[in-house]
Amino acid sequence: MSRKIKIFMPCNEANNICNKAQYKEASLLEKLKLNLHLIYCKACRGYSLNNSKLTKRIEDSKLECLDPKCKEDMKKDLEKALKEQLH
Amino acid sequence: MPKHQIHPDKWIDLYADYLFNYTITRVSDREIAQDLVQDTFLAGLKSMKNFKGEASERTWLISILKRKIIDHYRKINSNKGKAEVRIQYNDSESEGDWLEERVADPFDKTAEDSMQNSELGDAIHDCLSKLPKKQANVFKMKTILNYETEVICNELNITASNLWVIIHRARTAMADCLKENWF
Repeated sequence: MSRKIKIFMPCNEANNICNKAQYKEASLLEKLKLNLHLIYCKACRGYSLNNSKLTKRIEDSKLECLDPKCKEDMKKDLEKALKEQLH
Repeated sequence: MPKHQIHPDKWIDLYADYLFNYTITRVSDREIAQDLVQDTFLAGLKSMKNFKGEASERTWLISILKRKIIDHYRKINSNKGKAEVRIQYNDSESEGDWLEERVADPFDKTAEDSMQNSELGDAIHDCLSKLPKKQANVFKMKTILNYETEVICNELNITASNLWVIIHRARTAMADCLKENWF
């Protein structure tokens, strides 16, 4: 059976690769296919542009957030303190 | 009737990340920032009766946090003063100056940069708070905490394809939200 590489792909697949690319998780072949798709698809070009801008803005903001586990511990401590205060 | 009500049971979900981000830009240490945020919530709980509802809960908590940060610096400065040794420079003019005053601060930013980063950070936080909880969690873990896909999937018990669907929805919503002022 011949192993054909599908060059043309649907928009949802292109968007998925575009998302993965923001986190450097898209392969070279995927990026090539995405770029080919962007040549003829205006909607995905728009999505890709906004997606890159979002990545850039988040990097610029140097935003930090709490680890989910740490948040969970904080929540438990606060609930405990709240109960103690109510009693 | 007060304009704002107080809901301590929702504080962690609504404000923990915002307060943490506010703190870490001022103390540059994750553990200290976590402790200060935790102390802020506990102090808020103790002084709940003083909340008049004129300002939002977030503003009120920030005002407590600011005092915590000032106390933190007061504390470390008083400890530092005891441990530091004055050194003498060769030139007589600067004699007695602290050595640390002569070292360039690599993290020194212009006021404009800091202000813009802080405004952008606030805008991103506001947009994140509009996302459904699960979307916001996955987005933060992947984009801000830079967790590996596999780690998130294991922790939240979701498949990789499920994760990418959530990321797609979150990114679309975030881009729409930030579009007006920041794109």
